[in-house]
Amino acid sequence: MLISKILIGISAAILLATSTILPSATFAQNAVTINGAGATFPFPLIDTWRVEYQKVQPGVNINYQSIGSGGGVKQFTEKTVDFGATDAPLTQNESQKVPGTVHIPETIGSVVAAYNVPSVPDKGLKLSGEVLADIYLGKITKWNDPKIQSLNTDKTLPGDDIVVVHRSDGSGTTFVWTDYLSSVSPAWKEQLGKGKSVEWPVGIGAPGNEGVANAIKGTPNTIGYIELSYALTTNTPFAFIQNKEGNFVEATLNSTMSAVQSYVTTLPKGDGIWTDVSLVNAAGADAYPIASFSYLLLHKEMSTNPNLDQAKAKALVDFISWAITDGQKIGESLDYVPLPDGVVKLNQDTLKALTFNGQPIT
Amino acid sequence: MSTLFVSRERRHDKLFSGLVVGAAAYTLLMVGLVVFSVGRGSIDIFSAEGLEFIIQSNWNAVEGRESFGAFPYIIGTLLSSAIAMVIGVPISLAIAIFISEIAPPRIGTPLSFLTELLAAVPSIIYGLWALFVFRFWVRDLIEKPLYDAFGGSIPFFAKTPFGLDIFTAGIVLAIMIIPIISSICREVMRVVPDSQREAAYSLGATRWETIRMAVFPYVKSGLVGASMLGLGRAVGETILVTMIIGNVIGPSAIPTTFFSQGQTLSSLIANEFNEASSELHLSALIALGAILLILTMGINIIARLLVRKKIKTASGAKSQ
Repeated sequence: MLISKILIGISAAILLATSTILPSATFAQNAVTINGAGATFPFPLIDTWRVEYQKVQPGVNINYQSIGSGGGVKQFTEKTVDFGATDAPLTQNESQKVPGTVHIPETIGSVVAAYNVPSVPDKGLKLSGEVLADIYLGKITKWNDPKIQSLNTDKTLPGDDIVVVHRSDGSGTTFVWTDYLSSVSPAWKEQLGKGKSVEWPVGIGAPGNEGVANAIKGTPNTIGYIELSYALTTNTPFAFIQNKEGNFVEATLNSTMSAVQSYVTTLPKGDGIWTDVSLVNAAGADAYPIASFSYLLLHKEMSTNPNLDQAKAKALVDFISWAITDGQKIGESLDYVPLPDGVVKLNQDTLKALTFNGQPIT
Repeated sequence: MSTLFVSRERRHDKLFSGLVVGAAAYTLLMVGLVVFSVGRGSIDIFSAEGLEFIIQSNWNAVEGRESFGAFPYIIGTLLSSAIAMVIGVPISLAIAIFISEIAPPRIGTPLSFLTELLAAVPSIIYGLWALFVFRFWVRDLIEKPLYDAFGGSIPFFAKTPFGLDIFTAGIVLAIMIIPIISSICREVMRVVPDSQREAAYSLGATRWETIRMAVFPYVKSGLVGASMLGLGRAVGETILVTMIIGNVIGPSAIPTTFFSQGQTLSSLIANEFNEASSELHLSALIALGAILLILTMGINIIARLLVRKKIKTASGAKSQ
């Protein structure tokens, strides 16, 4: 009885000591931890930035949780994080809940149509937007449909059913894909529209880019949409898609950059409305038609976020300034498309306009 | 001196009973909180769509076109669980009969240990195994032959199978619920007094007749109760199902063949909850949870009542 009382007393004392001593140890280091949450697409990039930025500013730690674009917007709206990240810009409903948001595109991605057709083992199957929309609407059901065969006279296509793969979770990648299909197919736009999750008429759903890539690899005669970086790392063949000029373009860093370039002058200011910003179906002979930004979300008046004090706000803004300039080269080696100069300039203007308690931060 | 001891014991007693009552009250409180928050969360969708929500099939989350209906997922849940029961219950029963009636203890004991080990495997392991290995076996060894043989004639098999469908989900769910059902059946059968079996043998019954005459009447409600518990588990299974059922939504989620893709209440919630941002979408998902809660509670209540009836019967019979 007495021994158990002593043991309880000792463990209570240890708990008390550790809970008071450890926090003060971190305070002693004067470290800043910046918390962000959001899209899964830029997670590898942001994580690499976290590591590289610590070499530039040793005291700053970035803690990013990749819970998905929708989750990022939710946490940003509820002000539980310092910054949000999303592949799709805020919708009208979402912006009404948090006025005074700025969008900062921090990287660019492109979505490819990956496939697994035994008689076409390499990338390069030619597909047009209307054909893709018809496949996803269930109107084209076989691989050797004349509409597909006529674009690929040099290839033998099987008479099997096309197995369509889409995302089962809500996703920014779906948003970009459906945005593209809506812009090339009036039937798609009317029936389904664009969104992070739509009412797919056909196909099986797989979770995440990895799930879709896995479903494609594991089942023959499939077609699905994934981010370019996933197609490259898993060596999945993907289609060359017909762009606005009529050319069949492969998704590369260059073709994606050229797509973004054509939209740079049409972008709103950082604190403007980004709901209808879309980089799909770009003009330009070698532009890839399915490109998109990935955004960071901040409050224009940063003090409205109770998690931020002056020092943290400055650290966050400094990090983003680094990310949109020096950080872009790091992204290239990970197959993330770097921001064109026009967008970098736009972002820098946005950062200059951020305030804390009315005072500019930079 | 003695009065000092008595008062300390009374204090300790009060403290102990206070803690225990607190723990019980906490459990009730948690159940009440869950029911309350699920109910409150689903108010939006039920006030927007009324009870139509339960029989509608569309599932459109696009802003401006929002409309939700739970019907395909109720069907998906019930169908995949039904397949799991049709496959799982006979096998569980067979295992229980084998262990309790036929096998000698040196085989029966390790076998019962192994089946309970199956229950200890986390369901995500089943999901991964099903996704990477098992679905190909099912596709090539079961689905393709069925499709080749019956695809033209029976509409239930008339779809090109590729492994990710309600059928595979049902089979893997069956594997998951076999340990639960068989261990309860086994325990329930063990309770049957040997005098009953001896009486049957002395009348000249064969082994199967003994089981049928002496054991089954005793344990009927216990077996049904065990199956209901297994059904409750199958209905609530989430991660496993979402990995192999195909994840379709909207009207195309109503399965028309065994090889159709489907979606269950729990797998849809798991898929979409993280990213759902509009109030109505979130409310629709919580309402799916409410339907699932009612379904599972109903199944568990029925199971409890049946198992309790069985225990009462057995103890009543023993006291005779």
